[in-house]
Amino acid sequence: MTSAVRFTGASRHFGSVRAVDEVDIDIAEGEFFAMLGPSGSGKTTCLRLIAGFEQPTSGDISIFGQSAQGVPPYRRQVNTVFQDYALFPHLNVLDNVAYGLMIAGMPKAERHRAAEEALELVALPGYGKRKPSELSGGQRQRVALARALVNKPKVLLLDEPLGALDLKLREQMQEELKVLQRKLGITFVFVTHDQGEALSMADRVAVFNEGKIVQVGKPEDIYYRPEVPFVADFVGSSNVLPPARTEQRIGKRCPAARRPEAVKIGAVGTVGSEGHAAVVRATSFIGAATRVSVTMDGTAMIALVPKGQALPAIGDQVHLSWDADDLHLMEPGA
Amino acid sequence: MSDAIADRPQNGVLTRVSDTLWRKPRLTILLLLAPPALWLGIIYLGSLFALLAQSFFAIDEFSGMIVYEFTLKTYGELFTPANFDIIIRTVVMAAAVTVAAAIISFPIAYYAARYAKGKWKAIFYLGVMLPLWSSYLVKVYSWKLILAKEGILNWLFETLHLSWLLEAYLSIPVIGGNSLSVSWTGTFLVFLYVWLPFMVLPIQASLERVPTSMLEASGDLGAQPSQSFRYVLLPLALPGVIAGSIFTFSLTLGDYIIPQIVGSSRRFIGQAVYAYQGTAGNIPLAAAFAVVPILIMGLYLWVAKRKGAFDAL
Repeated sequence: MTSAVRFTGASRHFGSVRAVDEVDIDIAEGEFFAMLGPSGSGKTTCLRLIAGFEQPTSGDISIFGQSAQGVPPYRRQVNTVFQDYALFPHLNVLDNVAYGLMIAGMPKAERHRAAEEALELVALPGYGKRKPSELSGGQRQRVALARALVNKPKVLLLDEPLGALDLKLREQMQEELKVLQRKLGITFVFVTHDQGEALSMADRVAVFNEGKIVQVGKPEDIYYRPEVPFVADFVGSSNVLPPARTEQRIGKRCPAARRPEAVKIGAVGTVGSEGHAAVVRATSFIGAATRVSVTMDGTAMIALVPKGQALPAIGDQVHLSWDADDLHLMEPGA
Repeated sequence: MSDAIADRPQNGVLTRVSDTLWRKPRLTILLLLAPPALWLGIIYLGSLFALLAQSFFAIDEFSGMIVYEFTLKTYGELFTPANFDIIIRTVVMAAAVTVAAAIISFPIAYYAARYAKGKWKAIFYLGVMLPLWSSYLVKVYSWKLILAKEGILNWLFETLHLSWLLEAYLSIPVIGGNSLSVSWTGTFLVFLYVWLPFMVLPIQASLERVPTSMLEASGDLGAQPSQSFRYVLLPLALPGVIAGSIFTFSLTLGDYIIPQIVGSSRRFIGQAVYAYQGTAGNIPLAAAFAVVPILIMGLYLWVAKRKGAFDAL
């Protein structure tokens, strides 16, 4: 398998800030790769390193086997969908989409035909004559996508492209992007801080924290088998038990995680001796279930109570329980 | 009880006036607009139209008195070779000053908009605005000293053993002369210096509104920096360049002091207006001359609009 993008010990420091610190990634050709992390974790800087807007302070980045060292953005076969879309306000939609082809020297009629086709691909046929200012957020996002795709890039970079859309539109675009990626077979590198988005769309996810990658893997691995407490916590707010507590309960000294949906909650006395005493702090209705925040031995935990089950009141003493299988143990050192 | 808040006693005239204005937004707008509208309508435009009306009269050649009858004879006089030369000379000078100002301003404005932060931005504004704080006449006379034969510029050329270069330049007809201070090159330099802030600031304002991602997107799509400049940066900054050029162009078209102090004896429109209005008493011809810059600016803006210069607004 050819690697589309490879980071070898790549770092990008801004003064004393290590935005990207000794990162190694191998993104395969045709892969839908997500970079997930909180803001300031270095994921966007990684994307900008691939695009060429930033140069690595040390280490190397290669694109399809060729070192990108000293290659300016305009000579990389990589296109970006920007977070703010960055559509040219003085050009109409068709000329925006055809911009890359115009720069490449394609004759007007030909590039307008290609741009029209790209607009059809993103379900915006016939919008060419409009100005970007006349489009809705979702439509601009599609134009930005068409403008990048029309150049047939080898790698498409997407910088939080769905961040500005409302929930319904975002879910729709997530599906469309996935379908589009399968259809075109282009390598997608997708930056997001939304774990649901990363897990639902990507083939593989890299979780970033403080400039480093803390875990790379398939969405199921990231979700069910977090290697470090940060991943367990950031991806779906798992309940992380500190090593001392785990040792107390199962005799092994390492951090452990349970998904909120694996934690069962019962009134005092209803569960057997393995139940753990806890106090309910807050409850919030989230649709199919209710989120219950509790404190157990001073550790904050979250349990999901499915619809139909009895809800504890705030301040209630409850017992928590979980299956041993649902307790995921992490590396002691992590 | 429910309207206890609304029942709070309204004491004081000011409170009552604010309440009335708040309830009647139309009245507020009317009160706000009336004084400037009166100023603009009567004093500003009124005097302008009074001047324009003068241009449709003519002067009686024997008595020197103004004949208050509608005629286009005065406008015809603009096209006599001597007067037409003045118009062409002024327009060419204004265009040259504008183009040079735009070329010099763009990099300065770009730096200020893109890179200057905090202290450096303050220094930039100071540097650009400082010349505007001192008297215009003082600046023009200082330039006369700088450009004079005994001036610092000549001294510099001599020190560098480059006097021959200056001599060669000054021997070029039209733009040269006895010294820089009596040549059109001198006039050009002083115009350029005096009007430069009026070009830098609008360009800087327009560049400030171009997000960095716009240029990155252009580069990302394969455009080299020169192409990004031509297809993205310049079109987006054009409203600022046009705004600046309106200042530099119209200010140069109308000025009569700079060419009088620094330059050759051949006149510009402003000097012609000054001479006809004051010493010659030919107010109709002065008015007709004054109409020329207005027409040129109107034409310039119309062409700019047609060419899409304001599309990015």
